[in-house]
Amino acid sequence: MSDDKSRDFEVVNHSVPRRDGRAKVSGRAIYVSDVKLAGMAYAKVLRSPYAHATIVSMDTSRAEAHPGVYNVLRGDDLEGLNPYFGHAVKDHPLVAIDKVRYAGEPVAAVIAEDELTAYEALELIHVEYEELPAVMEPQESLAADAPLLHQRQFEAGALRGFEGEVTAGRGTNLCQEHHIKWGDVDEAFANAAAVAEGEYYFPMAYAYAMEPYVAIAEVGDDSVTIYSSAQHPFMVRHDLKTIFDMPVSQIRLIVPFVGGGYGSKSYTKIEPLVSACAWKARRPVKLQLSVEEAMLTTRGDDALTWMRTAVDADGKIIARQAKIYMNTGAYAENSPLVCEKSSNRCVGPYAIPNVQIDNTMVYTNTVPASSFRGFGCAQVTMAGESQIDELAARIGMDPYEFRLHNAARPRQEFFPGMRPFDGTLTEDLKIVADNIGWKEPLPSGHGRSIGCSASDAGAYPLTSTAVRVHADGSASLMIGSTELGQGSHTVLPQIAAEELGIPFDLVRVVSSDTAITPYDRSTGASRTTTLMGRAVQEASREAKEQMVRMAADVLGVEESEIQSVRGGITCGEARLNWSEVLTRYYKLPDGEVIGRAYIRKDKDFAQLPVFWEAASTGIEVSVDEETGKVTMEKLGTCGDVGLAINPALAEGQDIGAATTGMGIGMFEELEFDRNQLLNGNLLEYRLPRFSDMPRTVKLELVQNRDGVGPYGAKGGGEASLNSLPANIANAVYAATGARIRRAPLTPEKVWRAIREARAARGENES
Amino acid sequence: MELRFELNGRDVAVECEPQQTLSEVLRNRLNLTGAKISCEVQVCGACTVLVDGLPVSSCTYLAYEAQGRTVTTIEGLEDRDRTLHPIQQCFIDEFAFQCGFCTPGMILSAKALLDDNPDPTDDEIIHHMDGNLCRCTGYVPILKAIRKAVAVMKEARG
Repeated sequence: MSDDKSRDFEVVNHSVPRRDGRAKVSGRAIYVSDVKLAGMAYAKVLRSPYAHATIVSMDTSRAEAHPGVYNVLRGDDLEGLNPYFGHAVKDHPLVAIDKVRYAGEPVAAVIAEDELTAYEALELIHVEYEELPAVMEPQESLAADAPLLHQRQFEAGALRGFEGEVTAGRGTNLCQEHHIKWGDVDEAFANAAAVAEGEYYFPMAYAYAMEPYVAIAEVGDDSVTIYSSAQHPFMVRHDLKTIFDMPVSQIRLIVPFVGGGYGSKSYTKIEPLVSACAWKARRPVKLQLSVEEAMLTTRGDDALTWMRTAVDADGKIIARQAKIYMNTGAYAENSPLVCEKSSNRCVGPYAIPNVQIDNTMVYTNTVPASSFRGFGCAQVTMAGESQIDELAARIGMDPYEFRLHNAARPRQEFFPGMRPFDGTLTEDLKIVADNIGWKEPLPSGHGRSIGCSASDAGAYPLTSTAVRVHADGSASLMIGSTELGQGSHTVLPQIAAEELGIPFDLVRVVSSDTAITPYDRSTGASRTTTLMGRAVQEASREAKEQMVRMAADVLGVEESEIQSVRGGITCGEARLNWSEVLTRYYKLPDGEVIGRAYIRKDKDFAQLPVFWEAASTGIEVSVDEETGKVTMEKLGTCGDVGLAINPALAEGQDIGAATTGMGIGMFEELEFDRNQLLNGNLLEYRLPRFSDMPRTVKLELVQNRDGVGPYGAKGGGEASLNSLPANIANAVYAATGARIRRAPLTPEKVWRAIREARAARGENES
Repeated sequence: MELRFELNGRDVAVECEPQQTLSEVLRNRLNLTGAKISCEVQVCGACTVLVDGLPVSSCTYLAYEAQGRTVTTIEGLEDRDRTLHPIQQCFIDEFAFQCGFCTPGMILSAKALLDDNPDPTDDEIIHHMDGNLCRCTGYVPILKAIRKAVAVMKEARG
């Protein structure tokens, strides 16, 4: 915001320690996993062994008779509930009804006095299935004779997150399509000086929130209360409203500390199932999934992207075309939005005059796919940034110089109709190039790469808050955003402390309870600092305006005679801090003033995206040609964050995101055989470990205050992931001459590609 | 069966079943929820506690094996005057956690290392900590926190 461009900050832009530090290092931070309610029962879930089958019959009588079992929830016994949920389309039954659509889908739940009893009773349920042919790949699923997953028709949900229609539920396995076109790609490719073309794969990945999905529900005659490890409690509330046909005022979602999210706890997951269990059992019920079950609940969307990109004789990118097939698995979840976003994110961070993107999101009999950190952008940036290096090689240009030459410029409207670019990619790229020693000589067997991305981030701008300033001069922020570990509940009080002119330690956050905290649409798409941050800033200012009026009242002067200063007011000789203003106004040393703010799609936020999330990443790898093992030796990131409210937290987001990007680039992939998940546990799903980290890590932030958030802030936390898989492919190419277009670049894949590349060059096997 | 062991400096006696894990006894019977449950296959380290000073995965370590031993959980690290252990303080100082779910296990693993080897090299720290997963931080801040704790503890020893 322009009014405070030049001021010095007291609290903001400082790396103050995390507000939740002491609780988290001492074991006293309470997560839903740790919560117990009086009279609470425990649910366990029976899951389908088949990827696609009709449920012919189910006998739960022995389980129901088992000592300690209260009830068994089944799909044919949900009279009184609307059992389908989904914010994009209501295609997802809370427990399988008549059929199952993936191996691992819940078919029944046992509610018992303890977890062990519930487990034991699962064994006593007999289900007879009639197996149906399953479709596991998008192209297979789109065949004319493919078995249909969904027989019902769907309406597009009002909260789907975009304006277009949803194509699901129209008698095919098509979940969503999205098309973008400007210019004339055919003519541009016909006249190109050089073209790169290829097919790229981004794998199914598992977010591994360390705390698996967990929720506790209590259902009364006219109320539903749920404790959940959920990112978007207000979105979950909306799904529950339909399931129970209750006004939102009667539905309460409470989110304590969350053990990791990374998008995987976005939207509604197990809350409908656990609340149906509580409704059935007429007592509070806890459902704690295992990691193996979490892996059967949500994954990231995989994408097969055919892409071609053209340059003219000056090395300017003149056209890009892509055809993308994505796989949402058995249910739509957030994949319609992932489809739209991955289409949009094929373009940036370059200004390209001729573009055509055709994207198809398909249902298959695999685990449902939904949001995972960087969604849409990560998938297509594997293609886009790989292709930039391939194209640079084709025209004999340094891939770093090629990016500088083509990157979108500040304030350039590189995506027609969207917000002009609010970052400085060339600056980001230069910082990373310097930090990884781009021009320096490399040891043999090493390779470097640099990359960048720009995502239309921030999701839909609908956020509100209340800032309560108390008569003792402390303040409470009523925050509907969830603290997932990203540090929002440290950043937001920094903003309030800055605005109110009071010490940081006096500002507390009341967090994520839909019955108490004002509405915030979601915690994702890197939006909280920008949107909730602005809301906190505006609400703090509104509280100050009210306190200025109160001061005028108690001093018996006109408002215009009052000067607002840091932490209070002055009027002539008089100086009152906020505590004195409130105490004199209420004639008691107690009471409060409530400042409010409502952010909507208007004014600064009228044009989407809320901001472009941009970053540059660079790496150096070494490749062991005998084993194919890739080691990351150096990592540089540069987050283009406008202003870092808390620089240490912002850098923490970048290194965290880059590490997950490295995991997907090097080892992470959920693999299916014909119809079963093969590596659905942490012994076989390989995550980044301590020893995988590069010994040289340089994190930087560019802070040009060019965002619409408070003091010019923008979000971060995804962009450093997005370019990493392509970084790895490009660095391996630089080290070995082997071009690999499918992530992850596992040792086996790299070993084979090196040998194929040698053979193609006519070299003998060494 | 009756299980007796020393927990965070105090003797405890608790009834447990032979098949119960140490984490079940700690979390469900003794109301110490600092040890977190994640992978349940000894890969992630979130449930790490110390038994006779050595890190174990309490999610698979059977409770009866703790009979007569000394168990330290994250709740036992603070001083009586509530001063944090230097490793805990350094984790705060270096932003070595985000969601915090891995943190109790990380801190206890680090404590086991520093109790045994007060001046480890980076390689030794990384090797020792490789059995503790973190999905948030990218490990680098954790390495910095442990390095700092080494320095702080060295200075305290004089």
